[in-house]
Amino acid sequence: MNIDKDLVAASATPLVLAILSEGESYGYAIIKRVADLSGGELQWTDGMLYPLLHRLERNGLVEAFWSRSESGRDRKYYRLTRSGAKHLDRHRRQWQVVDRAMRGIWRMAIDPAARLIWPTLTWRGAIP
Amino acid sequence: MTNKATLEERIGQWRQYLRRRQAIHSADVEELEDHLRSQIEALRGAGLDEDEAFLVAVKRLGDLDSVAREFANEYSERLWKQLVGYPESGAPSLTRPRDAAVAVGLAIAAAVAFKIPELFGLRFLKPSADTEFYLRNLGLFVLPFLAVFFALKRGLHRAGWVRLAVPFAAAALLANIFPFKSESHTEVLVAIHLPIALWLAVCYAYAGGRWRLHEKRMNYVRFSGEWFIYYTLIALGGGALTGLTTFIFEAIGLDAERALVGWILPCGALGAVVIAAWLVEHKQSVIENMAPVLTWLFTPLFTALLLVFVAAMIWTGNAIKVDREVLIGFDLLLVVVLGLLLYAVSARDSQAPPGRFDVLQLLLVTSALIVDVLALWAMAVRISEFGFTPNRTAALGLNLLLLANLTWSAVLYARFLAGRVPFARLERWQTAYLPAFAAWAWFVTAFFPVIFNYQ
Repeated sequence: MNIDKDLVAASATPLVLAILSEGESYGYAIIKRVADLSGGELQWTDGMLYPLLHRLERNGLVEAFWSRSESGRDRKYYRLTRSGAKHLDRHRRQWQVVDRAMRGIWRMAIDPAARLIWPTLTWRGAIP
Repeated sequence: MTNKATLEERIGQWRQYLRRRQAIHSADVEELEDHLRSQIEALRGAGLDEDEAFLVAVKRLGDLDSVAREFANEYSERLWKQLVGYPESGAPSLTRPRDAAVAVGLAIAAAVAFKIPELFGLRFLKPSADTEFYLRNLGLFVLPFLAVFFALKRGLHRAGWVRLAVPFAAAALLANIFPFKSESHTEVLVAIHLPIALWLAVCYAYAGGRWRLHEKRMNYVRFSGEWFIYYTLIALGGGALTGLTTFIFEAIGLDAERALVGWILPCGALGAVVIAAWLVEHKQSVIENMAPVLTWLFTPLFTALLLVFVAAMIWTGNAIKVDREVLIGFDLLLVVVLGLLLYAVSARDSQAPPGRFDVLQLLLVTSALIVDVLALWAMAVRISEFGFTPNRTAALGLNLLLLANLTWSAVLYARFLAGRVPFARLERWQTAYLPAFAAWAWFVTAFFPVIFNYQ
């Protein structure tokens, strides 16, 4: 499936920050993680990750350091800063709102029966 | 040749190709190469041979032109020297000779503009010189042409031209409507502040109308610093030229002074403003290396001066003697410190970690602040005794403006050194502060004469 460019761009920053919140990482590993998480559906142009990482670094959301990798090459690692963690938190809350709204409308739009059930379910707290 | 060797060779070529991009520095190339190699290893592990793995890995990395463009967006300052200078290879260069012609044409236009008032009987030379008229309008003789130069160069849209014209029209009005008394102080203040106000208005043309962008403003700050260096160099050459001219014409019994002072000096000085701007744009990389060197040279010297000064004050117990020039002198000091700071900030790689030079910079700013607070204290006493004069108020206003800028700069610098904020914050603070200077310069020009009754 081809995911819309704007959507990829909008989700790139929170995705990278979230992956780095799991621990320090480097470009190639981040790309692989994104592919794993999306079951290979979310394909980035690998080269585009780096300008993004550098922008996050410049804005102080992540910090970078060079270290020797297990393969013996010098490698640039990135880790989340405190301000990055705060930023990620903000992103998460925003995406949750979007996600909730989307899920609501999908159900209505796809399954007319849900129009009846939906209010009951949310009222009961069955759906967050 | 083995496959392994071929692969290395291909990666080498790929690296070379990437290196030619100005926006991608060698550390970034290294990072991308690590990515490429990781990808190749993974693909090899999945059973592809070296050739296939290389091709797939390169393909996944994406079109290098778009990657380079993305880097360029992120690092506009890296492209700064390539914007107008000689491109490394093959890019169209048709604009360059035209640029030169435009710059020379506008420089001549500035010189002509300076001579036009003579036609209306406003003499520049003694006797009966209208010196005040020329002083007040000095900026208006040349800065409109500088603005036009950039507007043409950046291809400003039509609405932009109109917006650009507004400050210049306002300046022409303000410079000439006030009924100044003779030997008026506010008149001198207008003459000083108007060029500064207009210089900041040129930023609009320089940024191609997008003056709100942080990067554009930072580039304008860089440009201003480098323009200053170029102009000083041209002025030195011009000084030598005029000195020699006087000398050799004297040798054959002709007095060249009138021609020099009336024509060559003012016209040359005004034309050189545009020429220096063109040179900065055109020969970027020559000076670009000079601004940081000058900063590195003078930051320690000024820091030492200020520290010794504070030590001397403490040692002798002498307070700052307050007379007329004191506050202006300290204003100049702060301007120099701010200039050094701006040079250092604009030349610095904002990604680099805090270093020794940053500590020195903070020391410079802090010591300047201490000295200035002492001077302000002395000044406050005097003002409370003798009241506000135009000069004192202007000097005080500028001093407070600079003080606010430098204080927050020092705070940001300290926090940057402590690893609390990225360096970009300091850059942004400086560019965000530019409108404050513009506002003050316009305020003094527009309101001081009225407030102080044209004295």
